[in-house]
Amino acid sequence: MKTTTQIWDFFASVKLAIFTLCALSLTSIIGTVIPQGEHFSRYVNEYGSVLAQIFQVLDIPTMYSSWWFRGLLGILCTNLIVCSIDRFPTAWRLITADQLSVNPERLKRMDHHATWTVSSSLREASEILTAKLHAAGWPTSSREEHDGIILASQKGAWSRLGVYIVHLSILAIFAGGILGSFLGFKGTVQIPETESTDKVFASGSAEPIDLGFAIRCNSFDIEFYDNGMPKEYRSHLTVLDKGKEVRDEAIEVNKPLSYKGITFYQSSYEGYKDFLLRFTDTADNKTTTFKATFQNELDWSEKDLRFGVINVEAQGNQVIRTKIWLRDGDQQPLTFWLKPGEKKEIQLQGKAYSLSAKQMYATGLQVAKDPGVWLVYIGCGLMLAGLYMAFFLSHRRIWLSLSHDGDNSTVVQLAASTNKNKTGFSDIFSQISRLLTDNGGRP
Amino acid sequence: MEEDHEAFYFALLTRKEPRQESTFAATRHISSSEYTEFFMTSSQLFGITTLTYLFATLFYVFIFVFKAYRLYFIAVTSTAIAFLIQTTGIALRWYESYDMGIGHAPLTNMYESVVFFAWTIALLYLGMEWKFRTRILGLFIIPLAFLAMAYASFSTEITKEITPLVPALQSNWLIAHVITCFVGYAAFAIAAGMGIMFLFKAATDTAKSSDISISAGTLPALRTIEDLIHKTMLFGFIWLSAGIITGAVWANSAWGTYWSWDPKETWSLITWFVYAITLHARYTRGWAGKRLAWMAILGFFSVIFTYYGVNFLLSGLHSYGSS
Ligand code: HEM
Repeated sequence: MKTTTQIWDFFASVKLAIFTLCALSLTSIIGTVIPQGEHFSRYVNEYGSVLAQIFQVLDIPTMYSSWWFRGLLGILCTNLIVCSIDRFPTAWRLITADQLSVNPERLKRMDHHATWTVSSSLREASEILTAKLHAAGWPTSSREEHDGIILASQKGAWSRLGVYIVHLSILAIFAGGILGSFLGFKGTVQIPETESTDKVFASGSAEPIDLGFAIRCNSFDIEFYDNGMPKEYRSHLTVLDKGKEVRDEAIEVNKPLSYKGITFYQSSYEGYKDFLLRFTDTADNKTTTFKATFQNELDWSEKDLRFGVINVEAQGNQVIRTKIWLRDGDQQPLTFWLKPGEKKEIQLQGKAYSLSAKQMYATGLQVAKDPGVWLVYIGCGLMLAGLYMAFFLSHRRIWLSLSHDGDNSTVVQLAASTNKNKTGFSDIFSQISRLLTDNGGRP
Repeated sequence: MEEDHEAFYFALLTRKEPRQESTFAATRHISSSEYTEFFMTSSQLFGITTLTYLFATLFYVFIFVFKAYRLYFIAVTSTAIAFLIQTTGIALRWYESYDMGIGHAPLTNMYESVVFFAWTIALLYLGMEWKFRTRILGLFIIPLAFLAMAYASFSTEITKEITPLVPALQSNWLIAHVITCFVGYAAFAIAAGMGIMFLFKAATDTAKSSDISISAGTLPALRTIEDLIHKTMLFGFIWLSAGIITGAVWANSAWGTYWSWDPKETWSLITWFVYAITLHARYTRGWAGKRLAWMAILGFFSVIFTYYGVNFLLSGLHSYGSS
């Protein structure tokens, strides 16, 4: 029995909290100095084989998921849980306590107190003081004792919960993180324009993961600044569930697409040597897309049309224009330059088409499923709310003990306490005592 | 088609991770001096700001050394003027970025963040001066604003140019992240300044020798300073927490990972731990007075490392790791 109490007290102690937080801070430094997630040979080159071996044993290359680091986080959580269970009942009693059952002797010993005499009956005094407190925003309750009346008022009792909310929020964030790591995944995939995939590759292990639906990249656009830096890139994606198109959305960096709990983030792109040529029938707006390899001839036999990309002009990564040649049956071949986005009107067998050409890209997506993220976000919100309550709100209490002092005379004893911001409370206390002692001009 | 054998010369296979985009090659920055149609540029205003903070700093020292406390309003007024000039400078820089067709809040690179850091320090200081009337407090705080501005103006490590934003940085969460972090950092800077003030006062109080030419007797009482240090740390802690949270939300909206233990994230967490330790040590072991002052200073070192050290000291170690 004794040892269980000892163990309990150990895990309930704030000393352990300080120790664990110190240990976490100091060990966290290691992973910021020693590069994480490299191959063993890298560490041998950099630090020599003895140190590299030691690193290996201690999981330094992946220290934030090592057994000992997780152990420290586990101790922190246990500490938080035990400490909260240990202390919460006391806090709850203070929040819900009946203020009127205070011992008048205790009032005299409070940090803030004052005593004065008023020339009115006990009941009269009680009514006047209650009204004054009420007007100043202190709702007051009262109780008659055998030798007098007790008045009591309080504000911010709930702020005592702030610390517990902060501590709970940390547990919620941990729980969300654990949930995500067990039930979620992180992966990447590259989809060339016009193609689709139903698999992505796990980050790290590169193992394929089935999505349960397919995602198609219809097209990819990129805009550049004048200096050649990418300004924005965008993929037009379609989600195909059981062969049906269920979702059509354009994603950008910072604007992902979510479907069935899986989120697709625009993360990178790859320029291909190929081109996409699009013929759009002006009459019915139907588009036929061809993938053209540089300087290779394509054949659209249905229309008796041959064409290809014969030249390109580029600046850095940016295609400025593409040179197309096109031959309709036996006619003279045409060649012309097209800028990205530009359209060339052409006549084929009496029908009008517009032709556009662009460099082909593959979009690079980061794919994540994280069913714990909502819990993490709730934790974050709770943390900020709890910190605000813990730091800026306080539980302030006032008592008035009235007792007979002859027929038309009452002794008023005022006492007040606060659990935080004691210096700031002095001002409030003097305001209250001024308000209550002020007799409105009467002697 | 013989004549069409021109070179095929665009860079192929350009794979770029958003996190590394800042290393994108072939950038040609437009220097802000191309935009001098205003009577002044933002960097000129920041130059004047730096000098005004210097003037204010020297004036605080003068007041303290010569006990010229009646001149205190000059020091505070010059701080306020520096702050207003700086505010104008920040607004102008914002305008300049729109004028260049880039258009983003001036909070996105080291230079801009150092300027914002100094601005926030001055803002919080003026707020405290107004609320608590702590008088000579500026002596320990405004030098920090001056040093930050001097570093921004004269350092060769950081670029002053207004550069366009890569897509990953175009996010409102980023703006929220920078603002919340820097309000926190500025509060911690002020707490550290007051920590030094506390230690100075404590040392001169115990020395008790009447021949100390500069008397610390005119500094606020130790209990007042301590209370202010504690309050400022609480204020900083809530903002740093918000800063870490907004950063995590931003990372999650850009990459789908709210926490990845990269050195910057890890150091911000270490800093957060340092202040959490201080709060708990104060609660249980009654760490007050000198110990609290030292923790305020230690915590600020951690802030500086998170902010500066990670970029300039650890980056060398990680350059091969990130390629
Ligand atoms: C990263 C982890 C932690 C954070 C961010 C944190 C945060 C806080 C905050 C903000 C306060 C309020 C301080 C004040 O009002 O000045 C507090 C108080 C406290 N914390 Fe923690 N805490 C953490 C871990 C722990 C742990 C592991 C324990 C376990 C024993 C613990 C025990 C306490 C206690 C006993 C108090 C005082 C409660 C009171 O005022 O009645 N904390 N904590």
